[in-house]
Amino acid sequence: MHWLAMGGYWPYVWPSYLLTFLVLVLNVGFAQRSAQRARTDAQRRAQSAAVQQGRS
Amino acid sequence: MMDWTWFHRFGSPPHFYRIAGKMIPWFAWLAAISGVAGLIGGLGLAPPDYQQGEGYRIIYVHVPAAVLSTMAYATMATAAGVGLIWRMNVAHAVAASCAGIGASFTFLALVTGSLWGRPMWGTYWQWDPRLTSELVMLFLYLGYMGLRSAIDDTARADRASAVLALVGVINLPIIHYSVDWWNSLHQGHTLLKFGKPSMPPSMLVPLLLLMLGFMLYFAAIVLVRARGEVLRRERNARWIAELLGAPS
Repeated sequence: MHWLAMGGYWPYVWPSYLLTFLVLVLNVGFAQRSAQRARTDAQRRAQSAAVQQGRS
Repeated sequence: MMDWTWFHRFGSPPHFYRIAGKMIPWFAWLAAISGVAGLIGGLGLAPPDYQQGEGYRIIYVHVPAAVLSTMAYATMATAAGVGLIWRMNVAHAVAASCAGIGASFTFLALVTGSLWGRPMWGTYWQWDPRLTSELVMLFLYLGYMGLRSAIDDTARADRASAVLALVGVINLPIIHYSVDWWNSLHQGHTLLKFGKPSMPPSMLVPLLLLMLGFMLYFAAIVLVRARGEVLRRERNARWIAELLGAPS
């Protein structure tokens, strides 16, 4: 409990760490989602191009 | 004469995509190890500050965030410059990938700085040169992202945003030297000063570990984003079809 109180500075210290954790996690999430979207889109395009090539 | 083959090979999207994919796990694991070690040191092992008590522990997230905010801008501007001069598509993809991450860490540096400032200075915000120039950098990031999203043509968006990124570089020395050039509430240089850093090793080592962890994390995330950006730009290329397993 003494450690969590941070000498009375807990209202400033812990929100800083919580926000840092959120920024780190959100950046990972956004980066992975954006990369996954690009991959799915490229995959769909490659498949439809292959289908069109097969028809012609 | 210096061999620039490596540089031009990095400009090749398939090569960049492959190399980046191999580097990401290394950066991510090293960032995690360095970050956890720094966190244990900073929150558990480092002694309280003789003036600021336990409140100083905010610096273990504030300083790495602030350093990363300027490093991300320098990386973005360098990549944008390379893209502009050598017309390297991959470099523009890297520059575009830096912006969102840089903006989020600039925001983090400003908020954690405010949370530190309240108990230490008695205020959340002051129009202090260091704080104001950091805020200007947040607006530069937002301007860069806004400009990119406002232009539909990728090549034009690349060129226009690269010019903005390069103009904004003027703000980097202002941020760094603001504490020397003007009267500032913000403390002076602690780490990057001549002689030795004004922190004992028990406080300094966790800070350096967290800074390293943040930098490695940045490298990993930029590469994840840049790979996605390269896929988006090259979605009609033959190598993408081959890579994703579709017959070309």
